[in-house]
Amino acid sequence: MNQEMMEHIKQALKKGTRLDGRRPDEFRKISIETGFLSTAEGSARVKCGAAEVLAGVKMAIEKPYPDTPEDGMLMVNAELLPLSNPEFESGPPSIASIETARVIDRGIRESKTMDTKGLCIEKGEKAWTIAIDVVPVNYDGNLIDLGGLAAVAALKSAKFPFVDKEGVVDYHKRTDKGVDMKFFPIPVTVSKIGDVLVVDPTDEEEKAAESRLTITCLDDEKICALQKGGSNPFTADEIEKMVELAFARAKEIRAKLQEVK
Amino acid sequence: MSEEFERPSKRKLDETRPIEAEAGVIKKADGSARFKIGDTEAYAAVYGPRELHPRFLQDPKTGILRCNYSMLPFSGDGSRVRPGPSRRSKEISLVSEKALIPVMNLEDYPNTVVDVFIELPQTDAGSRCAGICAASIALADAGLMMKDMVAAVSVGQVRGAMIIDLDGEEEHMDENEGTDIPVALIPSTEQITLLQGDGIVHRNNLIKAIEMVKPALKKIAEEQRKALHKKYNTQIGDQK
Repeated sequence: MNQEMMEHIKQALKKGTRLDGRRPDEFRKISIETGFLSTAEGSARVKCGAAEVLAGVKMAIEKPYPDTPEDGMLMVNAELLPLSNPEFESGPPSIASIETARVIDRGIRESKTMDTKGLCIEKGEKAWTIAIDVVPVNYDGNLIDLGGLAAVAALKSAKFPFVDKEGVVDYHKRTDKGVDMKFFPIPVTVSKIGDVLVVDPTDEEEKAAESRLTITCLDDEKICALQKGGSNPFTADEIEKMVELAFARAKEIRAKLQEVK
Repeated sequence: MSEEFERPSKRKLDETRPIEAEAGVIKKADGSARFKIGDTEAYAAVYGPRELHPRFLQDPKTGILRCNYSMLPFSGDGSRVRPGPSRRSKEISLVSEKALIPVMNLEDYPNTVVDVFIELPQTDAGSRCAGICAASIALADAGLMMKDMVAAVSVGQVRGAMIIDLDGEEEHMDENEGTDIPVALIPSTEQITLLQGDGIVHRNNLIKAIEMVKPALKKIAEEQRKALHKKYNTQIGDQK
């Protein structure tokens, strides 16, 4: 990004505003839609300003990992589609897509929101694998938060496929059974641009940010995953402010998610 | 040919599924579109003409069209589709390119590439055709000079009946002689730019199938045009 734009973003933030008129601690308007894809067991579309992210859930019966024979499996994958942004390139997963997927994955996994034991069908032999794929259709920053929200919304909307007497999954029929979720973990990334703490950066703001901290909020008090990104360090004071900001936004986002089926 | 064949969806033999077409759905792209036919949905984004790397692929006489067809992991009929290119997706990318090249005029952009990314969030048969339809709208939306639209749909023979726009259920109905023939057409010249076949069909029926699918393809091209007119707020027939 050119230096002029970077300066412009920083100067505006010094005055407490952003190029799109938001306050530093303000998200763009979020909308969540679920259950609109016929082939996915669960699906969600999160729109946030010009950004649009899809998440889809696929379920399959597989052999559990040898070290956890009584647990079902969770897999989160993210693809930075070249369709969504001219700066994304085709090819093997970039480090940015791997980091995005792993941070979202940790937030869901470590929240223990799903009863993985409940996903086991036959010890050591058969258990449900739940795969969540997150993709931006319109990229405009903040993919971890929006992808994390879409992943949880898709999981919330998911219904298990029908299994016949021989134990074969029939993807054309779905049961009424959903995934039991005890919590709705919400990742909120706080970025530092100049000296200002900002949430929900656009693509341009993201490029002006020196560092960021993703805090996945399990509920109103507990954190279930963290990821610091970017090259600049933080002080403990800054981290305290970031945590406070993250919990405030997570609460609002969770309330929105709870309205969705 | 059996006239009594009843389609599971109650559609007429020459009736396509409901179509939704929209232009300009991806903001960072130079041109984009969404094309949905029944439960098969394709997004297409066009980037370019832009510099082509590696340079030895550049053609000093013309720009190059490069399609990339990809099914999203949750878009398959059965279990999860592994991300990344497969033999199938590479072949479809190739035939999609060849389906679109005849209407393009890229001689004005030597040494460049026009990238078309096609992603499918859900499929119920006919995904390459939906991809080509979306790509065609997206290329026009990118402001590239085109001789016409390219419209695509499948025609096939199921239990002796010739039908248009097979859905997933119909594709699997006839284990013995079910046939699926994706066709793409340049409506103004009635030239065929995509023709594949998967299954047994009598030689005389192939030409019948192509004649039967032409009116449906012309209707699809109207929907594609409507999507562009809607975005640019113009009327069909306007000469500006």
